[in-house]
Amino acid sequence: MSTASPRTQRLLPKWSASYSVVACFLLLLVLAFFSIVKLELMVNGLFLGAIIALGAIGLSLIYGILNFAHLAQGDFMTLGAYIALFLLGTLLPGMGLKDTGLGPFTFGYPIFIALPLAILVMAAIAIGLDITIYRRLRRRGVGRVVLAMTSLGLAIGLRGIVQVIWGGDTYQYPRLSKAFYQLPMGVRIPPDNLFIGVTAILLVVVLYLFLTRTKIGKAMRATSDNVDLARVSGINTENIIRWTWALSAGLAATAGVLLAIFQAQLIPIMGWRFLIMLFAAVILGGIGNLYGALAGALVIGVAAEVSTQWLNPAYKVVIAFIIMIVALLIRPKGIFGVRD
Amino acid sequence: MSLLQVSNIVAGYGETEILHGVSIAIEQGHIVTIIGPNGSGKSTLLKAIFGLVKPKKGQVIFQGRDITGLTPEAVVRQGLSYVPQSSNIFPSLSINENLEMGAFVRTDDFRQRLEEIYLLFPDLAGRRKDRAGTLSGGQRQMLALARALMLDPALLLLDEPSAGLSPNMVGSVFEKILGINRAGVAILLVEQNAREALQLSSRGYVLASGQNQLEDEGQKLLDNPDVARLYLGG
Repeated sequence: MSTASPRTQRLLPKWSASYSVVACFLLLLVLAFFSIVKLELMVNGLFLGAIIALGAIGLSLIYGILNFAHLAQGDFMTLGAYIALFLLGTLLPGMGLKDTGLGPFTFGYPIFIALPLAILVMAAIAIGLDITIYRRLRRRGVGRVVLAMTSLGLAIGLRGIVQVIWGGDTYQYPRLSKAFYQLPMGVRIPPDNLFIGVTAILLVVVLYLFLTRTKIGKAMRATSDNVDLARVSGINTENIIRWTWALSAGLAATAGVLLAIFQAQLIPIMGWRFLIMLFAAVILGGIGNLYGALAGALVIGVAAEVSTQWLNPAYKVVIAFIIMIVALLIRPKGIFGVRD
Repeated sequence: MSLLQVSNIVAGYGETEILHGVSIAIEQGHIVTIIGPNGSGKSTLLKAIFGLVKPKKGQVIFQGRDITGLTPEAVVRQGLSYVPQSSNIFPSLSINENLEMGAFVRTDDFRQRLEEIYLLFPDLAGRRKDRAGTLSGGQRQMLALARALMLDPALLLLDEPSAGLSPNMVGSVFEKILGINRAGVAILLVEQNAREALQLSSRGYVLASGQNQLEDEGQKLLDNPDVARLYLGG
């Protein structure tokens, strides 16, 4: 008798989930037109949502393949952001690459070197952590709670390393102040947000193509569906796990760098504070479902940003937390959860 | 030399030993059925052959090579395929993607094999882009068979392919199995529908409590009054 229970959430479920997203945004737009909400906050909330989406998709990937809640995802973001800080603030200027104010942006072209490098370094760190820690635990057959607690320990450890190296002060990437874009209806957008939006869209599209068009990507989805069947099909699931870590950590590093640009500051606690946003997005969208994570992230981003119209921005996380609790109470499978 | 020779396999889950020294053999191109009551270790035997359960003792020799204790992803490269009893498709992948996963270890161009498989399973051919999760129970079983055949294996291990299917579907699954066998694939079958399975089989084994109980030609097992009384429901 097989004991493998059929999973209900899939990495890439049917597209119908997107209809609910569209409906949701139409609703939000209608609300905006009745000028209950500042349109500007909604628009900029979408950019925050894009950052959340990158982190949340990584969280969802790890959950789908490794089957545990990766509590260090936020601190992966922090570390990625600080690695880019080292590159942008120290290493690249030391090599004579010093530039800010590329086009309308506050930063310069070194970001196009620093971001890919930060992604690669974080991917390597994640694979290293898997080989030294998680793989040993898997071989001992530990449960998902132990794995989640291990990642909590790692989260604290990584943050500690950031604090030891960079201290507790706030930092910024080298930047120039730039004028905001003035759009109709009083919407002002920092030009950096366009970079954030385009980068996020690009990565999501690349990830989608990877998961649906490449052999390894399809094998990742197969492993998420049914590990045993993947193995008897000849898929090396350890290899798939390494790909999962690399992708998730790369997405986290990007999210971290973009968050550092979005907030125009880096602090060691930035990723940890952001973790609740990621979990809120994933839970709202349905755990382990990538479309859901994307949709959930946009909703959380907009809701958090809009809340600042009435609340202190420090409460953004609280809004995400409340949405997460409500989602768990009303639909534990996620608002956008789709079952096959 | 037998295609597959399993000798004195001892295996189980954790502390629990399920198989206490089981031996079977299957010749090139034959169908062999293993019958026995629930809990007799039939499924565990297939898992032990395929590396999903590590044997504590004993040997698995396939085409003259010792494959004992290899991981499943290594075993599948030796030329055998395995269809588990349940959860034997990837529900969120399309039918085409399921078959591609069946050919995962192939590095050559398998498009021709894919078309052959679609000819063999015309029901699947019309629904290549559909999610496998939308298939009916019988179609899922067909897809599971098709996935396992993508490697053009010399031996197919089938764990209760008729489980949970309507009597009509059971017939077509057995027909398909016979067709696969006529194309030259040896089949090791674990079945609850012992009567139908033994009729197809050149040889049958009866397992009980993790040990070999009886072995004989399929027809002779069917004619054996003890087997009929104990395992075929009179």
